[in-house]
This record gives sequence, structure tokens and C-alpha cells, in this order.
Amino acid sequence: MHVREQAADFKRFGERYGAQWTPTILELDPDGMEQHRVEGFLETPEFLAQLKLGLGKSAFKAKQWQDAERQFREVVDRFGQSDAAAEALYWAGVSRYKATGDANALKETAAAFGSRYSGSTWAKKASIWK
Amino acid sequence: MEIKWRHDIDQVLKDAKTERKPVLLDFSAAPM
Repeated sequence: MHVREQAADFKRFGERYGAQWTPTILELDPDGMEQHRVEGFLETPEFLAQLKLGLGKSAFKAKQWQDAERQFREVVDRFGQSDAAAEALYWAGVSRYKATGDANALKETAAAFGSRYSGSTWAKKASIWK
Repeated sequence: MEIKWRHDIDQVLKDAKTERKPVLLDFSAAPM
């Protein structure tokens, strides 16, 4: 919705969802609950990576572990240079662990961070799994 | 993945709940 073309909706939904800047894109689940938020302009590949990351988060919250992992892996595979990729790699590992109960999924994820995104916050978070 | 942008937000949210579909909600100030 546009800040001027739909001013009343913009104000009402902006207050409901705490959107205080444009552009803000929210990914909502079917019940209208926010699953992911993208604030500020992004070039297309970064934006698509964020949308895919959000789909993964939505599946994760629904405990659809295999679908979540598939979405997160796709971020890494298709948008590996994006800022979303490191976070997606982290959550892909968590999703696999949730699906299988196999702690090796976490160890393998920590090892994967040794060669990719090693300076990221997500690599630091995964380092405990080594 | 095609996104069908709509502007009737209240109805969109109702339809999403009925059809169990996710929604992208875009707060924009871009020139139209």
C-alpha cells in the first residue's frame, strides 16, 4: 500500500505492524502473523534472497522442518553472495537437526562455516556446535 | 514465483486465512 494513495490503510496497518519506514515488506502467515520483515531498499537478488529466507522462517515456525531446510538451502544455493545466505545456512542446519534429531547436522553446519561466511555473526553462533 | 499484488488489504487478509496462503504486505512511498 502506498503512503499517499492509501493513506488511511497505510496508517492503520502501519500501526498494527509497527511499520515506520518505507519501503517495509512484511511476510505474513495465513493468520496475519508477521514471519519476516525487510526494511529498506534492496537490489533484486538481495530482495529475493530475503523473501526466500522468510519462507524458510515461516515453514520453521510451522515446524515443517524439511520444507524449511529446502527453503534455507535454496537461499544459500541461489543467492550465496547475498547477506541472507549466512543466516540461511545456519537455519538450514537447525532445520535438519529438528527433522532428524542428529547432532551431526549441527556439526556439519559449523564445519561449513569454516569455508563460507566465516566472518559473519551466524558463523560465530554456529561455532558452539564444533 | 508470481506475486499478485492487491490493494484491498482487509479482504486479502480474510482470503489468506481462508485459503491458507501467505501474504506480502508492502508499505511503499515509491512513485506510482
